[in-house]
Amino acid sequence: MSQHKEIPAADSADNSAASEAARVNAVSAVEYFGPDAPLALDSGASLSPFQIAYETYGTLNADKSNVVLICHALTGDQFAASRHPLTGKPGGWWARMVGPGLPIDTDRFFVICQNVLGSCMGTTGPKDIDPATGKPYGLSFPVITIGDMVRAQAMLLDRLGIKDLFCVIGGSMGGMQTLQWAAAYPDRVFSAIPIATAARHSAQNIAFHEVGRQAIMADPDWQGGAYIDQGANPSKGLAVARMAAHVTYLSEAALHRKFGRNLQNREKVTYGFDADFQIESYLRHQGMTFVDRFDANSYLYITRAMDYFDLAADYGGILANAFKDTKTRFCVVSFTSDWLFPTPGNRQIVHALNAAAANVSFVEIETDKGHDAFLLDEPEMFSTLRGFIDAAATRRGLNA
Amino acid sequence: MSNSSIIENVGANRVDLTLIAEMINHDARVLDVGCGDGDLLELLTRTKNVDGRGIELSQEGVNASVARGLSVIQGDADTDLRDYPDDAFDYVILSQTIQATRNPREVLMQMKRIGRRAVVSLPNFGNWRIRLQLLLTGRMPVTRSLDQKWYDTPNIHLCTVRDFVTLCDELGFHIDDAVSVIGDSAKRVGRPGMLDNLTAETAVLLLSRKS
Repeated sequence: MSQHKEIPAADSADNSAASEAARVNAVSAVEYFGPDAPLALDSGASLSPFQIAYETYGTLNADKSNVVLICHALTGDQFAASRHPLTGKPGGWWARMVGPGLPIDTDRFFVICQNVLGSCMGTTGPKDIDPATGKPYGLSFPVITIGDMVRAQAMLLDRLGIKDLFCVIGGSMGGMQTLQWAAAYPDRVFSAIPIATAARHSAQNIAFHEVGRQAIMADPDWQGGAYIDQGANPSKGLAVARMAAHVTYLSEAALHRKFGRNLQNREKVTYGFDADFQIESYLRHQGMTFVDRFDANSYLYITRAMDYFDLAADYGGILANAFKDTKTRFCVVSFTSDWLFPTPGNRQIVHALNAAAANVSFVEIETDKGHDAFLLDEPEMFSTLRGFIDAAATRRGLNA
Repeated sequence: MSNSSIIENVGANRVDLTLIAEMINHDARVLDVGCGDGDLLELLTRTKNVDGRGIELSQEGVNASVARGLSVIQGDADTDLRDYPDDAFDYVILSQTIQATRNPREVLMQMKRIGRRAVVSLPNFGNWRIRLQLLLTGRMPVTRSLDQKWYDTPNIHLCTVRDFVTLCDELGFHIDDAVSVIGDSAKRVGRPGMLDNLTAETAVLLLSRKS
């Protein structure tokens, strides 16, 4: 039931990294899992049928040993290295990381990026039709977890006949999935790169998520989650959720560097609640553009999945037990100015891996760009990841 | 500073790296504590096919090591060794680092717990040139390898080879082998004696648990 179609390479790249990525030959596909292949969820519910939308870049080698799985973040999608179909943004959200000659080298690796369960870019989520009612799921969509997302990803790989992953990599929620992969399927993961993440969601981060969810639910157009049926869209609430969240992805230093107290197209303040400051205008723009590409209920469900993530809890409260006897090679990356997933949380992962006598590298990248640094131009991150991936490829016999 | 020239070879050129490499068996599991840019780990990986890990305090050192393909974490000998399980490694190496730790005794005890053997290289503060410099000038010796003033140096726990041997005895380490380094020449001495304490500029010791 795979529907493959070639996506034309992205054009009109706005920088050199994006133009590198423009040379990526992306294959976009959707895999359908019928009543014969239900997804067992952590909540005890079962989801069926469902589908997974994904992209691939590069070529699978003969022994299928060169697969890199990219796990995307909360509002990310499968378009890691190709033009986004809704925003038209060329190069993909990880244009600097994924492409020919880049750290995730599409000339050498077969790269897969799947839209996560519960999202809204082709994989089954709350905006899709519930076959039981003929209406969009809305809040009758089952609550999902990071473990469910990863189990669904494994089902797709099984369907594609891919057993081993040379590397699983992801930042933020993608890092949670990476850790979940390494814990749940240790024999399938040769190397793992969790970036700017944590083995459990902190109280502060749950708090931020709750603010976002309440903003959505406070929008009258949310309609108890049934807005699609009512022909409405809680875009105001979703925009506010995005604005609040966006601040947590940056840093005070970066905000000051980019905006300071600069005024937006005016000489002085207006003594009103217009967007006087550039930062206000910027955030409003972020909120407004986000609602064009994201579903409000998906935002509720995916933030909830992150809140529930606590890897140690599944292993008797001891994180090291999640990685017992692991053969996977790990490289943990954090950023000095990331206050959403700060270095100590990443270091806890490293401590647990050491306690499990795992093979682990850990770098903290000096930057003022905050949590979003993993998506941006960080030469030191690229050089360390290039070194780690190359060394792992040599060990895996991929550099012959 | 006229006297500094006569003691300039103490621990120079990191001859100790080659000596350490000679003490390590093939295919061993090795932890290099204070691995710097990863020179020793790379040497060991290349020549001994070890399964090597490193801990390094400086961010530049860590990033450089990982970019070279080595498994290195940012961390600290004083605090991070306790994460590792018992017997995690065949060798735990501490090269020219013990004098910079806050609690050398605790570091050695952790090394004994997590590694079957330990390899320690250290500058010998009992070397006759250092003794002479202190005697003649009445000031803290400054040498080419220990080249910082007393107020700048990270070396807060300098000791003599004899001091170190005493501590090893106290902690239940057996000294399997030792090498005394003088300039570019190195000599196996088994167990360092009084004369080695006077002549060695750097000492490299291979330690195991007393049974």
